[in-house]
Amino acid sequence: METEDSRRLTSAASLKAFLLKSSTESRLNLYDHLTGLLLKVMDEHPPNVVDVIEDMSRDMETPLPNVSELAFYLEQAGVGLGREETQRIFLALKQLVESQGLLRCRLWGKVLGTESSYIVAEAEYREGEEEEEEQSFDENEPDTEDTEMDPLPQSIYKPPPEVPKEALGTGANKYVYYVCKEPGLPWVKLPSVSPAQITAARQIRKFFTGRLDNPVVSYPPFPGNEANYLRAQIARISAGTQVSPQGFFQAGEEEGEEEDTSPLDSYEANPDFEGLPVAEMAETLSSWVHHVQHILQQGRCTWVNVAVKPEEDPNEEADAEEREEEPDEPEPEVSSTLTSQHAVAVLRSNLWPGSCAYACGKKFENIYVGWGLKYVGGNYSPHVPPPPQKEYPSGPEITEALDPSLEEEQMLEEALEEEQAAQEELEDSGDEPEEDDD
Amino acid sequence: MDSNSLYYSLELVAGSGSTLNVEQRTALQTSLVILKKNYKFHRVLFWGKILGLKDDYFIAQGRGEDELLDKKNLYSLNCMNWFLLPPATESMIEKVSKIKSRFIGDPSYVYEHIEIRRQGEKDEATEEVVVSMTKVNEESRLAVTVHQIDDEASVVPRGAFIKSPHGLVQISRSFGGLSHSEAGKLDNFLHFSEAKNLKKKSILEMGDLTPAIDFLDALSDDIPK
Repeated sequence: METEDSRRLTSAASLKAFLLKSSTESRLNLYDHLTGLLLKVMDEHPPNVVDVIEDMSRDMETPLPNVSELAFYLEQAGVGLGREETQRIFLALKQLVESQGLLRCRLWGKVLGTESSYIVAEAEYREGEEEEEEQSFDENEPDTEDTEMDPLPQSIYKPPPEVPKEALGTGANKYVYYVCKEPGLPWVKLPSVSPAQITAARQIRKFFTGRLDNPVVSYPPFPGNEANYLRAQIARISAGTQVSPQGFFQAGEEEGEEEDTSPLDSYEANPDFEGLPVAEMAETLSSWVHHVQHILQQGRCTWVNVAVKPEEDPNEEADAEEREEEPDEPEPEVSSTLTSQHAVAVLRSNLWPGSCAYACGKKFENIYVGWGLKYVGGNYSPHVPPPPQKEYPSGPEITEALDPSLEEEQMLEEALEEEQAAQEELEDSGDEPEEDDD
Repeated sequence: MDSNSLYYSLELVAGSGSTLNVEQRTALQTSLVILKKNYKFHRVLFWGKILGLKDDYFIAQGRGEDELLDKKNLYSLNCMNWFLLPPATESMIEKVSKIKSRFIGDPSYVYEHIEIRRQGEKDEATEEVVVSMTKVNEESRLAVTVHQIDDEASVVPRGAFIKSPHGLVQISRSFGGLSHSEAGKLDNFLHFSEAKNLKKKSILEMGDLTPAIDFLDALSDDIPK
């Protein structure tokens, strides 16, 4: 009996070990897959489980997006990159997911440049696998002064305190972005964005060249090179144009009553979402909502009071997560008028030309293909540098005068002596008349 | 692009992000052939698409005997019914240059642009005198825009068009394409519009050129580079 039990135990253990073995192609294993599948069945209780179990198994969350489906819908919408290129992008994305072990990956779009373009992928790391950011060097190293000489006057100018970056996984840094020049070339990870970069990017208008290490020469000066500028523009475009049908996302559940963390940060797909009919989506803008947090003037998604010491709690949070579209922005179109039951509703952004979203039943997606610049109605005129500082107004106090020359000094001396002699004479003559009066 | 080669040419230019969906492509293929027959064009080309707020315009261009001068532009909202665009005149160009907003998508829409000049000093009460009010039809704005884009941005490889002894500009049938190294040089590409810089060239430079092929401006002469 005991040996049978122990044999059963060992065989069960070896079977479990086999199930836990990760596949060589993707980093998934059967054990996790089956657990997830069974949990889903327990949560949802779908009717006729045995029939749909295979479909459910296939629909289990794979990190890869379904690029061919995306390409089909985008073609219907009139936006896209051509079939061959999307296929190549799909293969490149597969390579990215496998090499980096990403939880979720999405094709964000393509940014065109003067010499070459960038294909951008948006990714989310698995929990616990996020890499630590490199600590930026301390730039203000105190100058070593010569103790023998007098110390030079120190400038009392303190630059305004820097707005801190948002942590990885929140706000503008919610996702990590990878770019590559062409599908097939290695993917490069973009650094996370800082609020200073976003505020600078709002003021300049430059095309991308296609080289990530290119310096961005502009006024006001942009802190960083082209990789930072690209990341800042990606953040602005995502915040401004990522939309979804109303009701698709719902706010994530909070863990306990925490006032500090913003509940607006996390959102999940609503399992009860029934697709909205296409005609309704194409008719009005109210059926679309932004699901990405808006970037504030400060350059972050959550407001930070910089003037106050960091011990105090941060103030109010950003705008509501699901808010209505601005009336200026996008225009909805219907893709096909003939086969209206299979038509796709398309939304194109007016503010960021090139940004496009489509919705068809339960499926929707956003994509951006463009130059990475905002629409500027009329003409663009670059920032004017500040006027040159006014010189100190010249008055008699500071006007230089020539030092008197030697002759002039001598003349002055003689004149003074004469005056003195004259005064003495006066005094003498003053004494004399007194004697006369006697 | 030529209506014959529309199908595969679209794939080649798709890199910049705009394509046509299948419905539009099929409609275009048929209606462009019909257009060619009706207007008796030598060639009919799909010129492109202009996006508007409510609807988009599809533009087609028909070429006659002389490729450079005999051009007629047509527009359509649904790829099936085409309307002829009026040729752009100087006065139209001037009027349209004042309108800077986006295209609406309705050809009968009228843009109004009011210029006001204030009289009197700034601080005092100003009298506003309406100097000019220009009303521009969206159709004429479309015509001017298409004409200007063609004029400034239309580029052809050197050797593709030849000037016949009669002065007509036609496609050169013996053009085999640019080789790989030739295609990398900017001066092998020419602007397809009335030549403006040819007369400024020195005689030495003119000696290198062939008058039958080089009657257009090269891209390398453009400022800014």
